[in-house]
Amino acid sequence: MDFAAIVLIQVLYAIASLALISVGLAIIFGMMKVINFAHGEFLMLGGYAVILPVQAGVNLWIAMLIIAPLAVGLFGMIVERVIIRPLYGRVIETVLATWGLSLFLIGAASEIFGYFQEGTSPPLGSIAIGAYREGVYTFFVIFIAAAVMAGVYLFLKRTRFGLVALGTMQNPDMAAALGVDTGKVYALTFGLGAALTGLAGAVLAPISGVVPIIGITYIAKAFITVICGGAMALSGTAAASVLFGTVNQVVTFLSTPIIGEVALLVAAIILLRLLPAGITGRFFRSGL
Amino acid sequence: MHIHRRDLLKASVAGLAGLAGGVLALPRLAVAESAGAIKIGTICDLSGPLQPFGTQKLQCIQLAVEQINAAGGLLGKKVEVVSYDAQSNNQLFAQYAQQLALKDRVVVAHAGLQSSSREVIRPIFRRSNTLYFYNTPYEGGVCDGNAFCTGTTPGQLLANLLPFMIEKFGKKIYVLAADYNFGQLSEKWTRKIAQEHGAEVVASEFFPLDVNQFGPTIGKIQQAKPSFIVNTFVGPAHASFYGQWAGAGMKQDIPIASQTFGEGGEHLRMPAEISDGIYVCYNYFEELDAPANKAFLDAFRAKFGTDYGYISDLGMSEYVGVRLWAEGVKKAGSVDRAKVVSALESGIGMDAPGGRVVVEPKTHHCIFDMHIAQIKDRKFGILQSFKQVPPTNPGGVCDLVKNPNTNQQFEPKI
Repeated sequence: MDFAAIVLIQVLYAIASLALISVGLAIIFGMMKVINFAHGEFLMLGGYAVILPVQAGVNLWIAMLIIAPLAVGLFGMIVERVIIRPLYGRVIETVLATWGLSLFLIGAASEIFGYFQEGTSPPLGSIAIGAYREGVYTFFVIFIAAAVMAGVYLFLKRTRFGLVALGTMQNPDMAAALGVDTGKVYALTFGLGAALTGLAGAVLAPISGVVPIIGITYIAKAFITVICGGAMALSGTAAASVLFGTVNQVVTFLSTPIIGEVALLVAAIILLRLLPAGITGRFFRSGL
Repeated sequence: MHIHRRDLLKASVAGLAGLAGGVLALPRLAVAESAGAIKIGTICDLSGPLQPFGTQKLQCIQLAVEQINAAGGLLGKKVEVVSYDAQSNNQLFAQYAQQLALKDRVVVAHAGLQSSSREVIRPIFRRSNTLYFYNTPYEGGVCDGNAFCTGTTPGQLLANLLPFMIEKFGKKIYVLAADYNFGQLSEKWTRKIAQEHGAEVVASEFFPLDVNQFGPTIGKIQQAKPSFIVNTFVGPAHASFYGQWAGAGMKQDIPIASQTFGEGGEHLRMPAEISDGIYVCYNYFEELDAPANKAFLDAFRAKFGTDYGYISDLGMSEYVGVRLWAEGVKKAGSVDRAKVVSALESGIGMDAPGGRVVVEPKTHHCIFDMHIAQIKDRKFGILQSFKQVPPTNPGGVCDLVKNPNTNQQFEPKI
């Protein structure tokens, strides 16, 4: 009974971490249709943006929830201006350019930070669940993921900027004809996606530490989740996270983490075979 | 004067042929000794995820060479190090091994960290008849006439650490291991040694080197309720296990015996609450209280200032490897491979900073003093010591004195 509770919590955690690392990409790729191969490195930068201030004495929560998103968001806006904007509509070139950015960031981080990783323990201690123990930070990650999804939904649906952004992504010419500065909207939307990615990297940093190549671990799963989610960025990511997080974690409990990853990939292949347009190509179409 | 095109072409071809012939006719410079120096080669991981492990290895090699040169060099010549950075990439290990053997023509190679990299370069050095030293603790069993191993083996590490843990904590063992030859063979050794002491491995889990989420594993460990955990984790991704374990509040409940913890100085870069209480067994600690160790550490710090991490048995094995090879060269009076191998097989030893080290002729491995320690406040406290423990020889089969052409890695039979 207690073990079932542990399994459930770990499944929720897997869903939450998958949603967190994917929501930024969902906005950049799902909404703006920009393939950002440097997505994993944005996660890595978010991790460093929390570890370095903490080493300098800044409070962990301020670094994680304020500094990291702001820093990576600003960096994202610079990247958008310099690399992405000249290549709008040119898919192959964007892929190449962002992949080059990814290699550059990994190399720069290797040179500047090296691989002498600082070990951390997730804060907030642990609680007992029957005969088992679980870290409280696991619940924090689940909470943050839910809060981020709700926050993005409210932002896009309820605020003026969200409305303008949705409209610009759907029909940029019409939006420009109505007086919207599409360049500024693109920059801010990309920055928002980058900021969310930075937040995800920062939230996951106390659990797994940060090394320059940590982005490689996450990028495949993020892309798979967003693509299988389908056209609706937010509901698609949520639905795909639930499906893959559950499959991955349940199979991991039954066997090993490797088989869990294999199960996630097999589930993605089957899903795309049955629903080529992703989950929200067929279901949840009224979402966001 | 009118120069015809054809005449110009003929003249150029003749001139080039003459030039080429002249260059080829020059006496070939002896490549292995330029300006009278003896070249030794090394390939270490100086960047990439294995950087904390590789950097100290190169530094220890450099210190050993500096000390040899300060004492007058070898056979009257200076020793030079040709060093390559493999960037934690086994393909580069293969490439640089070829270069050391064929382009730089080194007389000996001290190279390799992970067992996977060793098995990539060992055949390369054997084919080119370059003497090869593998100076890293590993899973044991290599029986190669061209190779010497100065790292500890399970017969020295696990064979002392496991009985200690079984007697102290109980008979149910949970194994967590890295998923490649080192982790897999070490797990076999753990099962074998456990069996010999009446204990049982209740479960073994293997993790590829980039896995850094251990939530389900921690849950499964709690369900299995083992007496202690044996942990053969390698690299920075795996190092996050200890933080997650402490974060789940499990430190008081189930003790950990690690085959690798601290070798990259991880304990100095994490809060003490995470690393306190972990048990290890190595042949060298910075904390060993001996005059030879103090002299070594003083020399190391003088050379590298503040630019170094924790020196573990990873770096010390390289230091011992280079020094033992130098003793072999001195005894043989030559850098010729066959003569040095014979000299090493005559039972050469040295007083290393961690205790006496003696080469065992039959296996080309070394006999060490081993020490069990526990971490407290980021320092290793020595609990128990074992003098002159012989290396692993699975099945007692390896005899390189009788069969010098053996080239195999023997595995334990359970």
